[in-house]
Amino acid sequence: MLKHDSKLNPKIFDKNVELGSVRQGFGLGIVRAGEIDKNVVALCADLTESLQLDKFKAKFPNRFIEVGVAEQNLVTIASGMARAGKIPFIGSYAVFSPGRNWEQIRTTVCYNNLPVKIIGSHAGVTVGPDGGSHQALEDIALMRVLPRMVVISPCDALEAYKATIAAAKTADPTYIRLARDKTPIISTESTPFDIGKAQVVYESDITSNIHNTRKSSLEMNGPKHKFDVGIIATGPSVYRALMVARKLDRELKRVKVLNVSTIKPLDEHAVLSIAHDSRSLVTVEDHQISGGLGSVIAEFLSHNFPTHIEYIGIRDQFGQSGTPEELVEHYRIGENDIYDAAHRVMLRK
Amino acid sequence: MKLYIIYMSLTQDKIHLLEKKATAIRRSVVDMLIEAKSGHLAGALGMADIFTYLYFYGLKHDPKNPKWKYRDRLVLSNGHICPVLYASMAHSGYFPVAELKTLRKFDSRLQGHPHRDFLPMLETSSGPLGSGLSQTIGMALADRIDSGKSSGREFYCLMSDGELDEGNSWEAIMLAAREKIQNLTVIIDRNNIQIDGYTEEIMPLNPLVDKWRSFNWHVQEINGHDFREIDRAVTEARSVFGRPSVIIAHTIPSKGIPSFEKKFEWHGKPPMTAAEIKTARNVE
Repeated sequence: MLKHDSKLNPKIFDKNVELGSVRQGFGLGIVRAGEIDKNVVALCADLTESLQLDKFKAKFPNRFIEVGVAEQNLVTIASGMARAGKIPFIGSYAVFSPGRNWEQIRTTVCYNNLPVKIIGSHAGVTVGPDGGSHQALEDIALMRVLPRMVVISPCDALEAYKATIAAAKTADPTYIRLARDKTPIISTESTPFDIGKAQVVYESDITSNIHNTRKSSLEMNGPKHKFDVGIIATGPSVYRALMVARKLDRELKRVKVLNVSTIKPLDEHAVLSIAHDSRSLVTVEDHQISGGLGSVIAEFLSHNFPTHIEYIGIRDQFGQSGTPEELVEHYRIGENDIYDAAHRVMLRK
Repeated sequence: MKLYIIYMSLTQDKIHLLEKKATAIRRSVVDMLIEAKSGHLAGALGMADIFTYLYFYGLKHDPKNPKWKYRDRLVLSNGHICPVLYASMAHSGYFPVAELKTLRKFDSRLQGHPHRDFLPMLETSSGPLGSGLSQTIGMALADRIDSGKSSGREFYCLMSDGELDEGNSWEAIMLAAREKIQNLTVIIDRNNIQIDGYTEEIMPLNPLVDKWRSFNWHVQEINGHDFREIDRAVTEARSVFGRPSVIIAHTIPSKGIPSFEKKFEWHGKPPMTAAEIKTARNVE
């Protein structure tokens, strides 16, 4: 069942679950951040409407800077503004920023330790018809390797809204990764969000009568762990993880799902906890497994609590045109793939 | 007429003092590189007169209060010539001259390329080329948001000619013109060399004056070793209305060591052999 403390959208499992744009969540978030702090400024590289920065531009015209199609300039102008006391948010597609301007981010933002907030939209194969050139599948890897950079991957529009406001309040270089498409609303306004905190979003009810049946079946079959499998997901993939969790739950598998919305710094306590409770994990992301969430979890657990892991993500490939649904299926990051991976990893225990 | 008065205020006596100071700074640069056994010689020596002018005459700054809110901002974009930046800062009182010999050593504040973590009084860290101008523009834009168009602060960005190969430089040049940042002055170290050879052979920049002009900048061309010309150009740049300014300063790489001058081979190395060291120590 949905984790009660997380106060998630009660209609998440409905067929007609409400959809929302994470970009719009960002667009509203930066307006709010701008109201809270007059030092918040925004810069964009010829994608103002696409990044939903038009509202900020309309409300704070003298705090918005259009740099044209020039992502290297985008980040370095922002770095100079941050050095002079501003909190700049820079918006473009993730392939271009942080893709094209990585060295400038490294030197002028991270090396200088300045609070520039990099917003990378159009992340993942779910970008769809634009094709592989516009689907950022490497951005988490690029950003998490940089010292001082905080990396956030919101699961839905509301989390993007909260992440934007939270990022504006820190002095850290920060990357926020946004999907292109409208995605299911997983959280509510009451769902807690803190940078650096992962959230348990689903836990099988181990106190119910069904649970007792499960307990006995498991005691016969293997070691006693609180859960049969844990799923760790990030970004809008959390929705697919939740769908699979419910399906597994109905098969009397005990399952726990963790939303890692902050990739870096990793909520080590939460990851240790899900690993300890389940001893078998599936990671789920719309990003290269290499360098992405899969790598993050494997690097951490191999040292601290070696655990069986199956990885769902992009396997050293580029994307292509198609509908998001077709691409999710083609690249094997859909619900069936997560479901199969969960079964595989449970057998490895 | 105002220009004339300021021009006159740089008296012959003052110029004489600046020349002596520039020689002292060049000596420090040579000593630092010999001590460090690595580093970039030619550009650092070539820019010593302009650094001397700025730190001892042109710049509004307070070495004892590096965070002074109303200081002019000086960004060194081509961070590899930092020995001349460090020497100018030390000689003008930011830190002890004795510290210069720690250049490029472990735990030194004087990193091989400038790093604010180690020396927070720097306006920015630099080294990778082509991004200093846009950072300076960002500082000026932030200043304009906070204080309006006449904040009284001047923003200087010192760049090399070689780094004009970088696309990022031209992105910045276009934006500064659109924003009409009139309190921005770029000084280009036009020494015609880069690591692999002469700029006009590696990647021709000429006609450089026309390039900047066509990007809607106010352009001046000077002898970068003549204090009167430097002063006149910087003063004029400050008075330009509605446009950013660039001063293309023709300089002699390795200036002060006649047998090293104008040779691109000295771009990225220090004097190493006993004979080279002896020659270099006589820098003027």
